[in-house]
Formats: sequence, C-alpha cells, structure tokens
Amino acid sequence: MNPILTGFKEALTLIFNLDRELLSIISLSLMVSGTALVLATAAGLPMGAFMGLKKFPFRGVIISLMNTFMGLPPVVVGLFVYLILSRSGPLGFMGLLYSPSAMVIAQCILAFPIVSSLSHAAIVHVAPVIRQASMTLGATPFQVTLNIMREARYGIMSGVIAAFGRVMAEVGAILIVGGNIAGYTRVMTTTIALETDKGNFELAIALGIMLLSLSLLINMFLYVIQKKGMVTIVR
Amino acid sequence: MSLRLNVLNISKSFNGKAILKECSVSFDSGGVHVLMGPNGSGKSTFLRICALLERPDKGEVRYVSESATLEKDISLKRRITLVLPGVGVFNTTVFENVAYGLQMRGVKKKEIEEKTLRVLEFVGLTHKRDHNALVLSSGEIQRLGIARALVIEPEILFLDEPTAYIDQENTEIIEDIILNMKKQGRSTVIITTHYMERGARLADRVLIIQDGQIIDKKSV
Repeated sequence: MNPILTGFKEALTLIFNLDRELLSIISLSLMVSGTALVLATAAGLPMGAFMGLKKFPFRGVIISLMNTFMGLPPVVVGLFVYLILSRSGPLGFMGLLYSPSAMVIAQCILAFPIVSSLSHAAIVHVAPVIRQASMTLGATPFQVTLNIMREARYGIMSGVIAAFGRVMAEVGAILIVGGNIAGYTRVMTTTIALETDKGNFELAIALGIMLLSLSLLINMFLYVIQKKGMVTIVR
Repeated sequence: MSLRLNVLNISKSFNGKAILKECSVSFDSGGVHVLMGPNGSGKSTFLRICALLERPDKGEVRYVSESATLEKDISLKRRITLVLPGVGVFNTTVFENVAYGLQMRGVKKKEIEEKTLRVLEFVGLTHKRDHNALVLSSGEIQRLGIARALVIEPEILFLDEPTAYIDQENTEIIEDIILNMKKQGRSTVIITTHYMERGARLADRVLIIQDGQIIDKKSV
C-alpha cells in the first residue's frame, strides 16, 4: 500500500484508539499554549488599552514596535529565551531551560504583541462619542475604560484567538527552549518535526490531523465571534 | 432640585478662531432653556463646556447648590448629563443602554429594572427593549439617548440638537417628551437647536448665540 495511505490509516487508528502518547502530547500542547495565552492576555490587554486610551511620550514608537513584534520569528525568540535561561544567562540560576515553563515563556513572548496590538486596534476603533457618552452618564474614568473595552470586545477576542492560533502552530521557539524531551517537553509541533525526520509518519500524521482540526475549530470560533460583533444597520 | 449653573466670561477658540467670546449667563433651577443659533455658532461647544466635557480657554463654569459652589468631581458630574448629537449608542440591547447610568452608580438590580422599564415606556421604546440598540432608526436612537439620560434623574439635562436629522414623527415624539418633562418639572433642561420656531414652542426662556456671544431673550 502507498506509504502515505498507510500513514493516514495508522494515524486514524491512533486517534480512534485514543492513544496515550498522542493524548499526553496534545494535553501538554494545550497546557503550554493555554498558559502562555492567559499570561500574554493578562499583560497584553492592559497594554493595548493603555496604548489606545492614553497619550504618553514615544507612544507612536511603542505602537510601531508592537506591530513589528507581531511578526517575530519564533526561532529568534527561542534563541533569546535560550540565552536568558541558559546556565550562563541572567536567569540561568532558575534552572528553567528544557522545561515546560521555558516553553510557556517563549510562547508568551510571541503572543504578547499580538494580543496587545490587536486589542489596541480594536480599542482605537471604538468611536470617541462612546467615551464621551459614558462620561456624561456618570461613569468614573475606570468605568469609562471598561465600557470602551466592552465595546471593543469582539476585536479583542479576535486578537486573543489569533494569538492562540499562532502559539499552537509554532515550532521553532519551543524546540530550542524545550528540547523536545519525550513525555516532558514534547508537544504536537515538535513531535511532528521529529517523527517526520525519523520516517515515523503515523504519529506525525495523527498529530497533524489533530493540529489542523484544532486550528479549524479556533477559526470557526473566531468566525462566530466576528459575526456576532457585526450588526446590520438598516436606516 | 436646587442646582444652579453660572457661566462666567467663558471663551473658547479652535484653530485660532474664536467660537465663544466672554460668554456669561446663569441658569436657575427648573424650566426649559433653549439656546438657538445657526450651525457652527458655538452652541454645542457651549453645552459641552457647561456639561464639563470640555474646558474653556478662559472663564469658568460654576455649579451652585444651597449657595455653595460645588467641586467639579464625579459626584457633581452624576447630577448633570448631556445627550450628545450622535448619542453614542453602546453595542448591546436597548435595555442595557438605558440601564448603564444606573449600573455605574451601583443601583440594585431590581431598582434598575423598574426605573429602566418606566423610562422606556416614557419614551415609547418598551417594545424594543431586547433589540440591539445599533439597529434602531435615527429618531429612536435620539429617544434612547434621552431615556438613558432621564433614567439617572439628572438635576440639569443638556440636549444638544435633539431633533436634528430626524423625521417629523420622531421630532414630534421628542418634543412631547420634552414638554412632559417640563410639566413634571424634575430637571432643568437646556437645549440647543437651530430650528427657531420649534425651539421657541418648547422654551420657558430663549437665548440666542451670535458672533460668539450669548444674548438673553429672557422668558418667553
């Protein structure tokens, strides 16, 4: 039989049999990327709001930098985090290199500019009259900020989901800082790379199918959110 | 209700062009005060300064209650409100839009529901309570803006061009709402408009803005 077809057949067997190795790799991927996303959102959302709502020196420079960092090459981030966490690096004493924590840090750095830039874009798109209306209705400055963020919620959610898609599909950074250790730091993308190298296609294909399905799910969710945010105005 | 507004010698310029020139006027509590003038005469700027959304270049806006001048803090800002020309509709239901001001004041849920429904009925939007506010017509949006302001029971209500760019039917509905408010006498209402005849029909007092200055035509 054609090796590709054989690979697909065995991959589907792995998926339907809920293979333990497959499941542990998927769950570690979700754990690492999910944690990175939560941290990146916790930092990126206030950053996006700050850039969108406050005027401060070098604001334009910071916005441009954040936009540029959205396209950060993962291997460069991996290299940077490696140098920081390696034994001779400034945070080497923490012993985080080749651990899931190092992978979370790398993915967090990749997700942060996406969350903050897309949140910033969503927030500045909220019409100034919304801010003024909130003020005239007796909202405190903090309540005004919350209301603007609520108005920008669909754009913000799109940013968060886009960041999740980016870190889930990323391989370069986590390969460098995680080391692809079986049962410890091996995630979907790094396993696909390794198993393909070894010619062990069934696990690689099974993970590829799962990764694509996950990506499809994320994009469907994004579509639903964006559709919900679009209101047809007939006037 | 005893909040009074004193505007003292305010001036405001945009791009070097003087819009308001040392305007002074006082508003005692109660009644409908209509500020008339052509487009671009500075009516909206005057209202925004009075509603503490903008600062004048010179002069001062003073709110006085029981002969004491009040600080321009959040507690004063919660006693007045301005309905902007575009209203600034929030992307949520009509009910949530109207309830917003009460939610910001930490009012209890049951009271919010009661007051919001009462005001929606007052402006004739009860049947739209669960609709997204963005799909309302221009006239309905203007009524929503008024409802959003009325629900917080302001002592001074500023309405900036409440009947501009809306159809005859909605204009009449809004004028009836204003006349009803006048009858109830709970708020001081300060309106800007460039429709002279219509404005005069609503007013207890007419003010004209001309060449950046306000001319008080006194009581109608």
